[in-house]
Amino acid sequence: MAKTSTLRLKFDSTRTLAPAPESKSIAKIAERYELFINGKFEKPASKKYFNTVNPATEEVLSKVAAANAADVDKVVMAARNAYNKVWGKMPGKERAKYIFRIARLIQERAREFAVIETLDGGKPIRESRDFDVPTAANHFFYYAGWADKLEYAFPNRNPQPLGVAGQIIPWNFPLLMAAWKIAPALACGNTVVLKPAETTPLTALKLAELIQEADLPPGVVNIITGAGDTGAALVNHPGINKVAFTGSTEVGKIIQKAVAGTGKKLTLELGGKAANIIFDDAPLDQAVEGVINGIFFNQGHVCCAGSRLLVQESVYKQVLQKLKDRLETLIVGDPMDKNTDIGAINSRQQLEVINKYIKIGQQEGAEMFQSSAVIPKKGFYCRPTLFTNVAQSNRIAQEEIFGPVLSIQTFRTEDEAIEKANNTPFGLSAGVWTDKGSKIFNMTSKLKAGVVWANTYNKFDPVSPFGGFKESGFGREGGLHGLGAYLKV
Amino acid sequence: MPEFASVGLKRTKRTKRTKRTKRTKRTKRTIILNIMTSRLSVLKTYKIYIGGQFPRTESGRYYTAVNAKGVHLANMCLCSRKDVRDAISSARGAFGGWSSRSAFNRSQILYRIAEMLEGRKAQFVEELMLQGSSKSAAEQEVNLAIDRLIYYSGWCDKYQQIFSSVNPVASSHFNFSALEPVGVVTVVAPQSSSLIGLISLMAPVIAGGNTCVIIASETKPLCSVTFAEVLNSSDLPGGVVNILTGKVSELLPHLSNHMDVNAICFCESDAQQQKMVRENAALNVKRVIIHDDKKWNDDKSQSPYLISDFQEVKTTWHPIENIGGAKAGY
Repeated sequence: MAKTSTLRLKFDSTRTLAPAPESKSIAKIAERYELFINGKFEKPASKKYFNTVNPATEEVLSKVAAANAADVDKVVMAARNAYNKVWGKMPGKERAKYIFRIARLIQERAREFAVIETLDGGKPIRESRDFDVPTAANHFFYYAGWADKLEYAFPNRNPQPLGVAGQIIPWNFPLLMAAWKIAPALACGNTVVLKPAETTPLTALKLAELIQEADLPPGVVNIITGAGDTGAALVNHPGINKVAFTGSTEVGKIIQKAVAGTGKKLTLELGGKAANIIFDDAPLDQAVEGVINGIFFNQGHVCCAGSRLLVQESVYKQVLQKLKDRLETLIVGDPMDKNTDIGAINSRQQLEVINKYIKIGQQEGAEMFQSSAVIPKKGFYCRPTLFTNVAQSNRIAQEEIFGPVLSIQTFRTEDEAIEKANNTPFGLSAGVWTDKGSKIFNMTSKLKAGVVWANTYNKFDPVSPFGGFKESGFGREGGLHGLGAYLKV
Repeated sequence: MPEFASVGLKRTKRTKRTKRTKRTKRTKRTIILNIMTSRLSVLKTYKIYIGGQFPRTESGRYYTAVNAKGVHLANMCLCSRKDVRDAISSARGAFGGWSSRSAFNRSQILYRIAEMLEGRKAQFVEELMLQGSSKSAAEQEVNLAIDRLIYYSGWCDKYQQIFSSVNPVASSHFNFSALEPVGVVTVVAPQSSSLIGLISLMAPVIAGGNTCVIIASETKPLCSVTFAEVLNSSDLPGGVVNILTGKVSELLPHLSNHMDVNAICFCESDAQQQKMVRENAALNVKRVIIHDDKKWNDDKSQSPYLISDFQEVKTTWHPIENIGGAKAGY
């Protein structure tokens, strides 16, 4: 059998790729951005601004307003007013047409959004161009269509909007997360106050411009920028009816506690430590590709990243060799280059977190392997990293690193794979690689995770619900189930 | 319009004309001579739509569309059995490609049709008025037609989520039922309406991945042909929708007994015709959907059940092995 003899793919070549940079000229970034309140850009009451930086070069891209409690007060009032007077009363079919407009405008301006996303967040242009922006547009398309069809999703319940939604999103998929939050909320008849992450506010602010262009009634979508205290002021504001948060489990727990007893509806999409499980009957080259995509997509800044690899012992050596070979071929560097596989780490702070975990892994006795890629001198970068000899109790096997670091463990039996995969407080996602269908369904039945990918990984679609079990949060985004987060039923 | 004068003119270029009925009653729309600029307007030839092309009927026959007052509007193709055959054959040819498009892609194309229709609203309002609608009724009908396309565009990637199921069978199997398009559908559009009836039936049929042959309203056929032009500029693959004009009484037997048709949708209340459709359908067990006098001018007439009318349910069984996990009760 070919599997026992390690057949190596030849990746080495004398050919090197010439630079293929995407042009920055399409990105129109203002020197300063205000808060988007009631359809207008308004100066913050705080009079304070903070810088947003290109993590690939450490250059300042723009200054962004920092909203304080007074701004949050004002923005919630605007959203409430728009809900009471316009959006809450508007027939579904008219709401739908506004949301369709947003979708179309994103499609029309897709390249501009992709370039800004990459400049502000450091992800490879190939990903922002081919994944983030089109998926965001499609999300608006999908939920636009639901606006006049809600009674079919919840028969006999006469579903009603909640009111004003406060939404806080992370920095790993800034525009896409904004779409995931705004689209279903609007389709269900709510108005929103969205706070993007402080390191990646630009595409959300561009979205605010686009929403003006779509002629959405003022106050239906409001976008405020700021750090954690702005988020806290929003979550704690008595004028909102719903909190939707995507981010770390640590902050998620604080929010769940803060919302307790207020009657606000809550959905949380938190961290993960997904197991990607390779059985010995899997097509190994395909599985290795899937594992690489699972952990190195978006520099590993993915809550559902397959950050724990579980390999069946009989194929461990082959898989490890193939992984190392493949790792060496990954292009690390300028995110604006169309050939780049791994771009910049989102911020200095996150790079420090990742480096801390790489140290911890070594201290705990795991063996490290890093690609020999040369990384740029300026900017925040991290070489793709593998750890072998990892124990189940190691922190790199238990805690979310949110970077390009993969912990590899082995197993002998299916039972052991299930046991190890589920031995975590998280439960967002999992991956299974095997040629046997009945084994896939056994695994999907037994893995405690909100999404299980079989013979694929990191697939997303607006029609497909996404969200976690256990400490990975509750509520779903996407699909019919995503509507439930924004309705009284 | 004081600066314009309308003058009925004789056509001189046409040589094959055989009938010259009601020539003197031509309206100011059909031939307008603008005296100020001495420009004669160009008239449209109303043709049929088969396989993404605009041929004339193979029969060479025509009938005259008139308004309620008997004024000549246009010469329409009087389609024959062979036109029906050609249209069904193109619909069958387009089915494989259209049914395997992603739901998202079908949704985008239906949305595009709506965009194109919105852009040509004025032309449809004008045609509806020629066929006897008041201006406000015509505008309302076109607006409703656009919104209805948007409505079904939205359903393309959603009806599956409403009608499919995962079935908890007692044995260790993963069992699910999902919808699939039935195939080629022949549609007799409501005869009382020129535009909204046709769109109300076409949209759910193609949203669900079927292809179709539609017989337009015999007495109000103008919008159907103009709508074919909208379809033709909307990224909709040729053959997915085929539109014929002619006499329902002549074409109905062929639409209902053709062996390569999977379903027929009939919208007249004539009991005799309904019975014939049902009997002919039995030849190859066609699905028959009949709508008596439905008020298509109302949002209540739209629903995902019009999509599921033209769907098959497919159930798949797959074994689930049952190994391990006893201790994985986290």
